[in-house]
Amino acid sequence: MTMNERKEQVDAGRRKVLGAAVGVASVTAAPGVVLHTLAVAEPRSKPVTDSVRWGMLIDSSKCAEGCDACVTACNKENGLDLQARPEGEDAAKWDRQVAKWIRMVKVQDNLTGYVSRLPMMCQHCELPPCVDVCPTGASFKRADGIVLVDRHICIGCRYCMMACPYKARSFIHEVVKVKLTRAPRGKGCVESCNLCVHRRDNGEASTACADACAAEGQGAILFGDLKDPDSPLMKALAALPSREIRGDLDLNTGVRYTGV
Amino acid sequence: MKRIVYREWRLAPQRYWGLLVILAAIAGLGGLAFAYMEHEGHWVTGMSNQVVWGTPHVFAVFLIVSASGALNVASIGSVFGKYLYKPLARLSGLLAVALLAGGLMVLVLDLGRPDRLVVAMTIYNFRSIFAWNIFLYTGFMAIVIAYLWTMAERKGNPYTKPVGFFAFFWRLMLTTGTGSIFGFLVARQAYDTAVMAPLFVAMSFAFGLAIFMLVLMFAFAQDDRPIGESMLFRLRNLLGTFIGAVLFFVLVYFLTKLYGAKNYDLVSFYLVDGGIYTALFWIGWILIGSLFPLGILFHPELGRSSTWIASACGMVVLGGLSSMYVIIIGGQAYPMQMFPGKTILESGFHDGVGGALAAYAPSVPEVLLGAGGVAVVLLITAVGMRVLQFLPESLADRDVDPHVAAKA
Repeated sequence: MTMNERKEQVDAGRRKVLGAAVGVASVTAAPGVVLHTLAVAEPRSKPVTDSVRWGMLIDSSKCAEGCDACVTACNKENGLDLQARPEGEDAAKWDRQVAKWIRMVKVQDNLTGYVSRLPMMCQHCELPPCVDVCPTGASFKRADGIVLVDRHICIGCRYCMMACPYKARSFIHEVVKVKLTRAPRGKGCVESCNLCVHRRDNGEASTACADACAAEGQGAILFGDLKDPDSPLMKALAALPSREIRGDLDLNTGVRYTGV
Repeated sequence: MKRIVYREWRLAPQRYWGLLVILAAIAGLGGLAFAYMEHEGHWVTGMSNQVVWGTPHVFAVFLIVSASGALNVASIGSVFGKYLYKPLARLSGLLAVALLAGGLMVLVLDLGRPDRLVVAMTIYNFRSIFAWNIFLYTGFMAIVIAYLWTMAERKGNPYTKPVGFFAFFWRLMLTTGTGSIFGFLVARQAYDTAVMAPLFVAMSFAFGLAIFMLVLMFAFAQDDRPIGESMLFRLRNLLGTFIGAVLFFVLVYFLTKLYGAKNYDLVSFYLVDGGIYTALFWIGWILIGSLFPLGILFHPELGRSSTWIASACGMVVLGGLSSMYVIIIGGQAYPMQMFPGKTILESGFHDGVGGALAAYAPSVPEVLLGAGGVAVVLLITAVGMRVLQFLPESLADRDVDPHVAAKA
C-alpha cells in the first residue's frame, strides 16, 4: 500500500464520523436556533437607546404596615426565593449572606418621631458610584438608565458593594443549584435590582414590585419613563414633593421617594 | 568606606530546610483554605452582604502597604544618598517584591471569581482606582526587579540612582492608590476623606520598616553576621519617626471627621463605644502598635538592646494588623448613614437597626488564607537570601560607618 492509498482510507473513515457528527449537531441545535431567532427577532434586535430613562416614585405614605408584597414579588420574579441555605449554615448568618434585591425599611425621625416605611433597592443613579469603582466595567449603566452587573466579567471583588451608598448589592455566597433563565445567577458574582430588565427587553409595562404593590391596592410604587413628561410617573413627580435618598451625594437617582 | 561584600544566607542546611518546611506547611494550609472557600462559596467565611471585605483583606492590604514601605531603606540609600543604607538596599528590594506578591496572592484568592483573573488583567475601567492599582502593583514589581538588577549587575550600576528614584516615586503612588481605595468611597462615613492616602503612606513607612528590621535581625542572627550600633540605632530612630508620623495622621483623621456634626457618632464609635473596634483601636493600634514601641525605641536602656528593638518591631506589626482590622472591618461594621437625622426601626437587610453594628467574626479559612500569604512572603525572602547575594557580609560599624572606619 502506498502512502497515498493509506491516507485516502483514513480520510474516508474520518469523513463518515464527521458527517454523522454534523448531522447530530444540526438536529440538536436547529430547533434551538429557530426558537432563539423567533425570540430575539423583534424588540431585542434593536439596541437599547437613551430615548427613555426608567425610574420610580415610591410614596411612603401609601406603604402599608405589615405588607411586603413587593419583596415577595421581586424574590419570585428574579428567582431569589430559589436560594437555598447551605447545609450546616447558621440561619442568622445566612440571613446576612443571602441575596436580597429589595427590602423594607422603617425609619423614625429623631426630633419629630415621624415614622415612615419604604422599600429600598438599587436607586439606579445617573452617576452611579458602583460603576465608577468597578475595575473591569462589569458594573455598568445601560442607555435607558438601568444600572446592572455584567455577570460575564464580574470578578467578585465586591468594590461596588463598598461604594454603593444604598447597600443595594448582594454577593452570591453559595453554589447556585436552581435559577431562572431570566435571572441567571452564579456563585462569586455581585447582583442587585435591575428594574426587571427582562421585562423591559420584552416590552412589558411595569416591574414585579410595582405590579404587586398595585395588586395589593396600595399603589405606592409607580414605575415609568423619567424622560416622558406625559408619563404618569413624571406627572406624579411634578405634583408631589419628592426627594432622593442621600441627595447630598448628587447622584441623580432614578428612584425617588415621597413621604419620607 | 570598605567595599560591600554580599554573600548568600549561610544557614545550616537543617535549619534552612526546617524553616522552609514550616513556611511551606503554613502556605499549604492557606492554599487548602482557598480551595475550600472557592469550592463552597463565601458562605463558609464570616463575610456577608454587610461586611463584604473581611480578614483576607486585612492581611492583603497590610502586606501590600508594607511592601512599598520595605523599599524605603533602598530609597534612602540610592535616592537620598545616605550611603550607610546602601548595603541594605538589596534585601529591601527583595522584601518589597515578596511582600507585594504575598499580599496580591491573598487579595486575588479571595475574589468571588478568582478564575477570572485574566478578565481583570485585560478589561479595564479607568475611572476605577482599583483598575489603576492593578497597574501600580504589577508596575511596582517590574520596577523593583529592575532596581535589584541595577544593584546586582555591574553593567546596571550607573542606572541605580535613576531607577531607584523612579521606584521611590512609584511606591508613593502605590500607597496613595491603596489608601484612595478607601478614601474615594463617598458612601461610607469612615472612609470618604483624602487623608486616607497620606495615612496609608505613613503606615507603609512604619510597617515596612518594622518588617524589614525583623527579617534583617533574624537573618543576621542565624548565620552570625554582625549588625553594628550605628546601623541598628539609625534604623531604630527612623522607625520611631515613622510611628510618630502615623500617629500624626490618625490625629488629623479624627480632627477632620470631628469638624462635621454628622461624624460625631462615627468618632465616638471608634474612640468610645465601638466594642471590639474601640478595643483594637486603643489597645492594638495605639498602645501595642505605637506607644509601647515608641517607649521602647527611645528608652535610654531598652532602646540600646537589639532584643527590645526587635520586640518593638513585632509590636508595630501587630499594631499594623490591628489598624487594618479597625479601618477595613470597622469602617464597614459602622452602619451607613442613609437617613441622617432618623433612626432605623426595622430593616429586612441589616441596615443598622437602632444604630446596631454589622456583625462579623473572622472564620478559620479566612485567617489561614491570610497567614498563608505571610508564609509565602517569608518563603520567597528565605529562598531569595539563600540562593542569591542579597545580604551584606557585615553591618558592623567599622564596615559601614566611615567615621568609625576612619577612627580605627
